[in-house]
Amino acid sequence: MSVVEISGVSKRFGATTALEGIELEIGEREFVSLIGPSGCGKSTLLRIIGDLIDPSGGKIVVNGKTARQARKDRDYGIIFQDPVLYDWRTVAKNVALPLEMARWPRQKRMARVQTMLELVELTGFENHRPWQLSGGMQQRVSIARALSFDPALLLMDEPFGALDEMTRERLNMELLRIWAASGSTVVFVTHSISEAVFLSTQVVVMSPRPGRISEVIPIDLKQPRTATTREEPRFFELVTQVREALHLGHDLERAAPATSQQAGA
Amino acid sequence: MATMAAELPVERRTELIRRAAARVGTSILVLAALWGLWEGYRWLWIHEGWTWPFVVNDTTMPHLHDIFAALWGSASPGGVGPRLITVLVKGALFTAKEAAAGFAIGALGGFALGVLLAQFRLLQRGLLPWIVASQTVPILVVAPMVVVWANPKLPDSLKDWGAVALIAAFLTFFPVTVNTIRGLQSADRRALELMRSYAAGDWRILWKLRFPAALPYIFAALKISATASVVGALIGELPSSIPNGLGAQIINFSQYYTTQPRGLWATNLIAAALGISFFLIVLIAEKLVVRRAPENLV
Repeated sequence: MSVVEISGVSKRFGATTALEGIELEIGEREFVSLIGPSGCGKSTLLRIIGDLIDPSGGKIVVNGKTARQARKDRDYGIIFQDPVLYDWRTVAKNVALPLEMARWPRQKRMARVQTMLELVELTGFENHRPWQLSGGMQQRVSIARALSFDPALLLMDEPFGALDEMTRERLNMELLRIWAASGSTVVFVTHSISEAVFLSTQVVVMSPRPGRISEVIPIDLKQPRTATTREEPRFFELVTQVREALHLGHDLERAAPATSQQAGA
Repeated sequence: MATMAAELPVERRTELIRRAAARVGTSILVLAALWGLWEGYRWLWIHEGWTWPFVVNDTTMPHLHDIFAALWGSASPGGVGPRLITVLVKGALFTAKEAAAGFAIGALGGFALGVLLAQFRLLQRGLLPWIVASQTVPILVVAPMVVVWANPKLPDSLKDWGAVALIAAFLTFFPVTVNTIRGLQSADRRALELMRSYAAGDWRILWKLRFPAALPYIFAALKISATASVVGALIGELPSSIPNGLGAQIINFSQYYTTQPRGLWATNLIAAALGISFFLIVLIAEKLVVRRAPENLV
């Protein structure tokens, strides 16, 4: 059964068309990356799936429900590029925030926070304030917070975009470990081709103006991925395939104004 | 207290003591500098016989030590009756009661109004201009009216001082309302989206996100309001001829200024001390309540 079914979704902001004719199906336990140049609407698509904004047209089904109902049922865990931690709360209390919203009893809440901090390897930092942690640690807190209530669907909007390369690769490994352990489905927005190939089971390549899906590339690298995965020939083949799909989309975009100019002349 | 200090590591303790000493030292230096400025100005103007902007003598600028000495002298010119400081502290305590009640009413009312206006934008657009306009009404004109209107309705225990508290509240609520609105709307957009993804309702978002985000703004307003409430109480006392507060002492000593200038200066000193203590109480409360990243403190 698919977790997300998107059919004919479009989004307009005033006169600009951000998304057009989006068709996408995401199966259970998939790790799907949305990749494309800025302005291709990948973040917009993520927000539409998460019911943070409404689509202008089309239909979205999440776990057999509307996106709104899925949000009300707390089916989404969201992670942004910035950790967005509440600086007046301790690390433990930040992780507990969604549990408070779901009215979990205190004991159960505290036990779960411990489990989550173990998962992201931050045991011992419970009573630290967010601003006392490094950027990578803060982002791990935000991952623990998003996973704390076992959401069926994890929506990640360039979560490692603000981090340095070393931290980023380490957190990629951690994310895969967490993904395997939690059994959730992930939709992951990124700018990085190698990150998308390394992490995903499917890479969705998007092109801009108007934002649409130009290609869906299944990633058949064997699971679990390890540090040596990045050195396999198949990895480079897939990176090349994604890069070419991106350029094709880009060329199409460049071709488009040329034809319209001709039409105008 | 002693046991608590003993539990701290030695270097941390010496660090705390060093910082406290530095702070006390700075305060003493500043006070000494102000003292020097006053006495230096006085000496220079008298010595050179300068008359601009005003003639300096024992009436216009008494010696600071004379002003402090006057506090320990008798309150009335004849040299009989209680010490001046006893009379003034009694008056200050009465005024403090009015100001504290006014501050509490104004802060709570101002906060409630701020929450209401921040939650309902339509209300904000309709009401905020009038709330701003309310602050342009001269308080000296309104004060006697408030006393005349409120006093007959107040129970005996609240007579007079209750009305003055309302006047103090009138000066207190405005900064709190404006900063509460601003603070509640300062919450990060993505933090709001997170709350939305947790299916949190408006009131839970208000309490768990908007209110903590607003606290530094609210305390910035409370610091302004703390001193404003003392000014409000003093001004409220003037036209309502309430005899027990510092306001009555100000009227009294300004009438005797030419013969006994130190009395008014001493009253001024006590009134300033009252305002400063109100400010310090809010400052301490802020240190205890607001836990934010250094860059998010207002």
